Amino acid sequence: MASFSTNEIKPGMKVLLDGDPCAIVDNEYVKPGKGQAFNRIKLRNLMNGRVWERTFKSGDSLEAADVLETDMSYLYTDGEFWHFMKTDGSFEQFPADKAAMSDALDWLKEEESYVVTLFNGNPINVMPPNFVELEVVDTDPGIKGDTAQGGSKPATLSSGAVVKVPLFVNIGDVLRVDTRTREYQNRVR
Amino acid sequence: MSASWRPTASLDLLRQRASLLNCIRAFFAQRQVLEVETPLLSQATVTDLHLDSMVVELHDSKRRFLQTSPEFAMKRLLAAGSGPIYQICKAFRRDEAGQRHNPEFTMLEWYRPGFDDQLLMAEIEALVCTCAEQSDNGSSDWAVSGFERISYRDLFLSRLDIDPFAASDQQLIDLARQQTASDHLTLSRDDALNLLMAVVIEPALQAPVFVTDFPASQASLAATELTDDGHRVARRFELFIRGMEIANGYLELTDAQEQARRFAADNQRREQVGLPVQPVDEFLLAALASGLPDCAGVALGFDRLLMLISDRQRIAEVISFDDNNA
Repeated sequence: MASFSTNEIKPGMKVLLDGDPCAIVDNEYVKPGKGQAFNRIKLRNLMNGRVWERTFKSGDSLEAADVLETDMSYLYTDGEFWHFMKTDGSFEQFPADKAAMSDALDWLKEEESYVVTLFNGNPINVMPPNFVELEVVDTDPGIKGDTAQGGSKPATLSSGAVVKVPLFVNIGDVLRVDTRTREYQNRVR
Repeated sequence: MSASWRPTASLDLLRQRASLLNCIRAFFAQRQVLEVETPLLSQATVTDLHLDSMVVELHDSKRRFLQTSPEFAMKRLLAAGSGPIYQICKAFRRDEAGQRHNPEFTMLEWYRPGFDDQLLMAEIEALVCTCAEQSDNGSSDWAVSGFERISYRDLFLSRLDIDPFAASDQQLIDLARQQTASDHLTLSRDDALNLLMAVVIEPALQAPVFVTDFPASQASLAATELTDDGHRVARRFELFIRGMEIANGYLELTDAQEQARRFAADNQRREQVGLPVQPVDEFLLAALASGLPDCAGVALGFDRLLMLISDRQRIAEVISFDDNNA
């Protein structure tokens, strides 16, 4: 497996640390004028999202991680795994376990496209698109004409997510939601 | 990532850079310190374990080193009777690139025959404060004379509660690993001290402070002496401002034999760790043998001083083009 020298490591690169795949967040070069040079490297562990900071001697190298981010569309769940298929025409399918699904579970929709991170060929993380359109399956009845500001209520979406929506929203409406902030954007229909 | 053709520094910053150059030149003209120029390319180079020189080919069989500092050539001028001299020049260090480092950077270096390290520190403080005041952009509130001076030992005792002279190698290495959450690091005693200094202590040194009396193992080209409590210390000092190393100075070693011994010891260590053995600067040794006046000297990072005065965080913001678009 290839490796990267601390001198060439840049944010975004994927490396192995303690066996886990990590994304480089920052690489700071530190050198006392007359002393040994060090690199302080901040990494996000892709398995659990934790950010680590480690110090290396400049010139040390880190093993590259076989990490690939691919667009895949969501197919179905069998209760234990969530199945995705590559959108490049290969029809190749990948099962993601619950740990990999933590960011996406609330925003699942069949045939929607997700970014699946593969580590050694296995899904370790599934990211939803920034915006998804989902149908409201449960909420208090809408208040007609109330399109003014102020007032919100919880609504349950078809994916199971509960988000705050304006009072005029009804069951059956399709809403556009920002998956990063869980915020209602607008009513699509 | 494709770099832009545009300068990494703003035009306003380049004007500030020009006025800082003027300020420094006026400062030394007033004190009758002579501006000199010495070669950037030389036949020999430093032997320091942690300074890597770049090599330039003049033709097939002729190689020269780009200087990592003008120290050797300036000492030859001193030995030739130049009197007090200063130089503003480019220095080159292989593999040094980062927020505060560029492989090619500008150094202000000066030597004062008849000064000791204490007198030179006072002059550095005067220069830094004068130039910060003249820039007058409100970001130099640190530039108040009366910079603190603290010994390396007291600094470690006060910041980390460890005596850098009395502690064992293992104690220092363990502390350095623990403080940086990096159990895997292979460190020597000096590596551990450097790591603690650079990563733990330096960021906390916000107000200007001269750190003095370094361990003799980090003497480089400074004279050493035995303290009352029996530790050998170097008459070396560093100036830190706002968590950044600005200058490194010495009461200069004038003993040619001791200098030759240090070069040889450096080269021996280089060989042990697989680094190229560097040609020793025989011209410098000959100059020392003929007599270097007692003097103190300092190298100050010009770009870093400008970063401080202009309140910039990255060296790229104060040089016209950084390494990525040079």
